[in-house]
Amino acid sequence: MSETLLKVSDVATAYGAIEALKGVSLSAADGEITCLLGPNGAGKTTLMMTIAGILKPRRGSITLRGEEVAGRAPRHIVERGIALVPENRLVFPDMTVEENLRAGAFSRDDAAEIGRDVEAMFTRFPRLRERSAQNAGTLSGGEQQMLAISRALMARPKLLLMDEPSLGLAPLIVEDIFRIIRELNAEGTTIFLVEQNAHMALRIANHFYLIEQGRVVFDGTPGEVEEEEIIKRAYLGTEV
Amino acid sequence: MDFIWGLVQILGVHTIIGLSAYVILLTGQVSMAQAGFCAIGAYIAGMLTVLAEWHIIPGMLVGGLAAGALACVVGFPALRVKGLMFTVATLAFGEFVRLFWFNFDYQISRGGFEIGPLGGEGFRQIRFFPENGWSTLEVAIFVWVWVILIMAILWWMDRSRIGAVLRAVGEDELAAQSVGINLTAVKVTAFTIGGFIAGLGGGIYAHYTTHVEHLNFGVLLATFAIAYPILGGLRTVVGTLLAVLFIQGVLVEGLRFLGDLRNILFGAFIVLAMNLRPAGFIDARVTRALGRLFRAERGGA
Repeated sequence: MSETLLKVSDVATAYGAIEALKGVSLSAADGEITCLLGPNGAGKTTLMMTIAGILKPRRGSITLRGEEVAGRAPRHIVERGIALVPENRLVFPDMTVEENLRAGAFSRDDAAEIGRDVEAMFTRFPRLRERSAQNAGTLSGGEQQMLAISRALMARPKLLLMDEPSLGLAPLIVEDIFRIIRELNAEGTTIFLVEQNAHMALRIANHFYLIEQGRVVFDGTPGEVEEEEIIKRAYLGTEV
Repeated sequence: MDFIWGLVQILGVHTIIGLSAYVILLTGQVSMAQAGFCAIGAYIAGMLTVLAEWHIIPGMLVGGLAAGALACVVGFPALRVKGLMFTVATLAFGEFVRLFWFNFDYQISRGGFEIGPLGGEGFRQIRFFPENGWSTLEVAIFVWVWVILIMAILWWMDRSRIGAVLRAVGEDELAAQSVGINLTAVKVTAFTIGGFIAGLGGGIYAHYTTHVEHLNFGVLLATFAIAYPILGGLRTVVGTLLAVLFIQGVLVEGLRFLGDLRNILFGAFIVLAMNLRPAGFIDARVTRALGRLFRAERGGA
């Protein structure tokens, strides 16, 4: 068992009077892919945004390698090494592809290194190089997802948070995205993933959490997930 | 000729006020408070040159700084609300500022005359230019030095990381946060810069008209302020300048010969322009075409 990179303890986040997270505790091990499953409205995105500092938790602690980051500003959290690929990609539509990439490095000051990283992203995703001067809003869904991932990588994160990267994409593109996730992980980036596509997630993730109505109701390895009745019914189809 | 130079002054001041709204619009916020910041700059700069007998440049700078400081203070609570609510909040603030000057008296006696702002009567005899023998042409040049200075700074800012951050916030707030941008800090900064620029514009305005009153700084001026950058397009500061030339130069002054018909056509032309160029006079296509032109020239040389 490798070391814990991210540790979330008893985190509660509310929108006004509505508590979306009611005390969530989980962790992501260094170098692994951890996957969060759960139905719509369970609090998956809320948890991602709370870890990224966009939402402030009402209570609880979030540590990255032991350092407390709960409630800190997004800038601070990005600088500490956590980058979010938001749900629905959210590229900057009227900025060019290259401007989007550079936006991912707003938290950094090393101009030369940033230029090198842009080049590295273009090498990894040749489609983005072809479209570097094009507005991001004109890209296809899959290209936008690749751009959103590259933009997050521009912050050189230790931990990459990915909120439903397969959402609304064609099956072939989803295969691509999952291949990329595995590659990034193999290169040493720890990944914390929200995914509805449990079949795909089972093939790459090391550990799973199931969250329902703001609480973690199950956690286990891929093998345990496949044995779990609730998950079988809800996420893998009854015939499994 | 004086009429022409007078018009050139008006165009310059309106460009400055449009640019003050441009900076805020980049972050996606529509501020109706620019006329109010303009009023603060106008009255304070006017009082400094008339009552304290300062030179106009420090007077304008202090007026601008006062407007910017107030924008910063007001920005924190105002920018907690988004979109339409922010627009309504700034509209209310702009009216509050106007009514403040409507009720503000501060007159002193000098040489048998009462000078200084007098509530609803306004603030007369802001005579720095005539007293120092500036011709209309010289004043027009003075105005445009400021316009060019402000445009150059904003042009540079647009191309720097600051501009990219402002635009990121304007395009998608959630995406901006996920790359580590602090929304409140960015929006308040833009609002403060916008307030400062509007204050400078007000300072010049007070001196070339020599007489300001609260009615100059109402909803009409606030509307013009945001109309210029919207009509001109948010790609570059040049768009705002073009929109001022179109609205103040062509529609307001150029169509005077039409008499009352002008007021009707004014609205129609604005609607037409927005339909023909929905993303403003200078949109993405124009900037790309210009970019290619410049690259081709450089390549050929």
